[in-house]
Amino acid sequence: MSAEILTEPTGERLYHPAEEPHFPEGHSTPLGFWIYLMSDCLIFAILFATYGVLGHRYGGGPGPKELFELPLVALNTTMLLISSITYGFAMLHMHQGDQKGTLRWLGITACFGLAFLCIELYEFTHLIGIGAGPGRSAFLSAFFTLVGTHGLHVTFGLIWLAVMVVQVRKFGLTIANQRRLNCLSLFWHFLDVIWIGVFTFVYLMGMI
Amino acid sequence: MEQHAIESTFLFGRLTLEKLPLHVPIVLGTFIVVAIIGLAILVAITYFKLWGYLWREWLTSVDHKRIGIMYMILGLIMFLRGFADAVMMRLQQVWAFNGSEGYLPAEHYDQIFTAHGTIMIFFVAMPFVTGLMNFVVPLQIGARDVSFPFLNNFSFWMTVGGAILVMISLFVGEFARTGWLAFPPLSGVVASPDEGVDYYIWGLQVAGIGTTLSGINLVVTILKMRCPGMILMRMPVFTWTALCTNVLIVATFPVLTATLVLLSLDRYLGMNFFTNELGGNPMLYINLIWIWGHPEVYILVLPCFGIYSEVVSTFCGKRLFGYNSMVYATICITILSYLVWLHHFFTMGSGASVNSFFGIATMIISIPTGAKIFNWLFTMYKGRIRYELPMMWSLAFMLTFVIGGMTGVMLAVPPADFIVHNSLFLVAHFHNVIIGGVVYGIFAGINYWWPKAFGFRMNQFWGYVSFWCWVVGFWLAFMPLYVMGLMGVTRRLRVFDDPSLQIWFVIAGLGAAVIAVGILALILQILTSIRDREKLRDLTGDPWDGRTLEWATSSPPPAYNFAFTPVVHEIDAWQDMKEHGYKRPLTGFKPIHMPKNTGAGIILAGISVALGFALVWHIWWLAALSFPAIIATVIWHSFDYERDFYIPETTITETEEARTKALSNAV
Repeated sequence: MSAEILTEPTGERLYHPAEEPHFPEGHSTPLGFWIYLMSDCLIFAILFATYGVLGHRYGGGPGPKELFELPLVALNTTMLLISSITYGFAMLHMHQGDQKGTLRWLGITACFGLAFLCIELYEFTHLIGIGAGPGRSAFLSAFFTLVGTHGLHVTFGLIWLAVMVVQVRKFGLTIANQRRLNCLSLFWHFLDVIWIGVFTFVYLMGMI
Repeated sequence: MEQHAIESTFLFGRLTLEKLPLHVPIVLGTFIVVAIIGLAILVAITYFKLWGYLWREWLTSVDHKRIGIMYMILGLIMFLRGFADAVMMRLQQVWAFNGSEGYLPAEHYDQIFTAHGTIMIFFVAMPFVTGLMNFVVPLQIGARDVSFPFLNNFSFWMTVGGAILVMISLFVGEFARTGWLAFPPLSGVVASPDEGVDYYIWGLQVAGIGTTLSGINLVVTILKMRCPGMILMRMPVFTWTALCTNVLIVATFPVLTATLVLLSLDRYLGMNFFTNELGGNPMLYINLIWIWGHPEVYILVLPCFGIYSEVVSTFCGKRLFGYNSMVYATICITILSYLVWLHHFFTMGSGASVNSFFGIATMIISIPTGAKIFNWLFTMYKGRIRYELPMMWSLAFMLTFVIGGMTGVMLAVPPADFIVHNSLFLVAHFHNVIIGGVVYGIFAGINYWWPKAFGFRMNQFWGYVSFWCWVVGFWLAFMPLYVMGLMGVTRRLRVFDDPSLQIWFVIAGLGAAVIAVGILALILQILTSIRDREKLRDLTGDPWDGRTLEWATSSPPPAYNFAFTPVVHEIDAWQDMKEHGYKRPLTGFKPIHMPKNTGAGIILAGISVALGFALVWHIWWLAALSFPAIIATVIWHSFDYERDFYIPETTITETEEARTKALSNAV
C-alpha cells in the first residue's frame, strides 16, 4: 500500500465502541411513521391531481354548485377540527401520566370523529339518492373517491383509537402505548390537514 | 354496468368449472408438471419432517438475511415462469409466417406477453433487488437487523402473495390481455369484462403494499441504524444506491396503488375515471401509471449500479474512483427519474413544449449515468483486475448497457420517437438496459455475495457457461429487434404478412435458445455449488478480499451479524480495518438484543391472497370475511408487546469461538 498509510500510526484506531449502541424497540418508529404518512400523502396527492383533471368534467350531470351544501360541510369540518383539538388534550394528559384524563379525551375525540363520519355518510347517501352517485360523471367519481378515501382513513383511525383505548386500559400508559398514541396523534392531525385541503380545494373552490 | 353482467353464484362468484383450462393442452400440461413438482416438494418436506424447521427458522423469521434469501428464491422461481413466457412468444413469432397462425391463439398470446412483462418486473427483478438489499444493507452498515423486522417479514410475504395470485391466474381463469401496464380503455370493464385485469390489479396491489412497506423499512434502517462513525459519506455505494432506490419506492409505489385503485373503482363500481364516457379520461391513467413506471426502472437499476461499484472496486483492489461523484450522480438520477415519465408517450400529443421538456430531461439523465460509467472505468485503470465472475458480469454490463443507454437517448428525441414508438426498437432498448443493467447486476451480486450468504463459493465452470451464453444470447436475441424496429415492426404482434422478416425472428429465437442454455447453466451452477460445498468452503468470511463491512463477519453471518458493533473511520471500512492490523476481539461478549420471530406476516399475507382471489371472482362472502379477518389479525398482533429477546452470552461465546477456530484453520 502507499507510503502515507504505512507512516500513519497503526493500532490507535478503535474499531469497537466501549459501549455497545443500544437500539430499544421502537426507536425508529417515529421516523418510520412519518415516512409512511408521506407515502399516504402521496396517495392523496394523486387523488387531488385526479380531481384537478376531472373535476370539471360533469358528463352532462350536476356540478358542485348544484350539489354541495356549504353549511353542512362547515359543520362537518368543525367536527373534525375539534376532534384534533381534543386529541391534543388527550396527549397533554398522557404526558402528565394521567391515564383517566387521556382515556376521557380519547373518548371525546372518537365522538367527534364519529360525528364527522355520520355527516359525511349522510351527504353521500343524499347525493346517491338524488342520482348524483359516483358513476354519474368523472367529476363525481373523483369527488367520491377523494372524499371517501379520507373518510376511510378516519374510519381506520377510529378503529385504531378504539384499540388504543383497550390497550391503555389493559396495560396502562407504557412507553409502547405512548409511542402508539403519538403515532395515532400524527395520523389524526394528518387527516385534519388533508381535510383542510379537501375543504378548500373541493368544496370552497367548487362554489366559485 | 348491467349490460356486461356475467353469471355469478353465491358460493363461487363467477368461478365455474369452465374457467379451469381443461381444454387448453399447453396450460393443462404445465399444470400437471407444476402440480407434480409441487407435490414432490411437499412430500419431501413432510418425509424429512422439515415443516417445523421451515416454519420456525424461515417462514416466520424476522432475520433480514433469511428474508433476503427467501426473496432471491422467489425471484428465481418466478424468473423461470417469466422466461418460459418469453420462449413461447419467440416460438410463436418464428412460426407465424406464410399464412400460418402459429401455435398460440390470440387470447392466449396476449396473456403471455402481459404476464411476461408483469412477472419479470414485479416478481423477478423486484424480489431479486429487494432480496439483495435486504441481505446486504444491514451488514454493510454494521447493524444487527433492519428497523422494523416484523414489517420486513410481512413485506416479503405480501410480495409472495401477489406472485401467488398471478400464478393462480395461469390455472384458474385467465390473466390480463392488456400489456404489462393495463392501459384503459382496453383494461376497462367494457373491453375486458372478465377476470384477467382483476388478477392483474389485485396481484399488484397485494405485492405493492409489501414493496412500499419494505421501502419505508430500508430507508429508516439506513438513516437510523448505521454503526458509529458511518456518516452518510462513508456509506458503501451499494447502501447509497439502496437508500436512493428505497426513497424512490416510497415516493412512487403509492402512486401505483392509487392508480390501480382508480382503475378498480371503474371496473367494480362503474365509476368514470378512465372510461370513454361521462367525462372519463384514459390518458390520465397513462400519465399516472408512468409517474410510477418510469422511476420503477431506476428503482431496479440503481441498486445494480451499487453492486457494480462494490464489485469493480473489490476486484480491482482499489478504492472506487470518484466516490463523491458516484453518490451525487446517484442522487441526481433519483431526482431526474421523477421528471421524465412523459417520454413514454410523446405521441399522446402534449405539444412541442411539453415534449421538449421531457425529451431534454430524459437526455440529461445520461450525464450522471455516463459519469458512473467513467468512474468504473477509471477504477479499473491501473487496477489489478481479477476476472472472477462478478467482475465479468460487471464488464458485460458496461459494454451492453452503454449501447442500451444510447438507444435510449435516441428514443428521447421526440421526433425520432414518433417513428419508433411502440416498435420492436423500443422492446430491444428496454431489454438492452434491463438485461444489461439489472439482470447482469443481479447475477454479479449473486456470484459476489453467495459466499457470504452460505459460506462457500459458487461453481466457476457453470458460471462461465452461464455468463457466455447470456452475453452471446442477448446480442443474438435483441439485435434483430433493433433492426426490425427501425423497419417499422410494432411490438406484441402475433402473425406476420411479410416473409422477409422471418429470418430476423429466427435469429432472435436462436438467441432466446442460447439464453435458455444460460439459465440452465445458472441452475446447474447453483446445484453443483451446493453439491461441492465442502470443496468450495470459505472459512475466512472474506473470500474476495472485500472492502466493506459485510466481509468483516463470518460466512454465513451469525444471527446477530456482529458480536461487537464496528466503528467506522473511512470509506471501505473493512479495508481500513485490515490495513490497520485489526484484531478480532476474542472475549468480553455480552448478551445481544434481537427481535423475535412471528407468524403474523405469513398469516396476514395468506388472508390477503384469499381477499384478492375473492375480489377477482366476485365471491363476496369470502371478501366480506377476509377483509375483517385482516384487520382482526393486525389488532391481535398489536396485543403482542413482547417482541424481543436477548441472545445469551454463552451462545455468542460459543459461536465466536467456533469462528476463531475456523479462522485458524483457514490460515
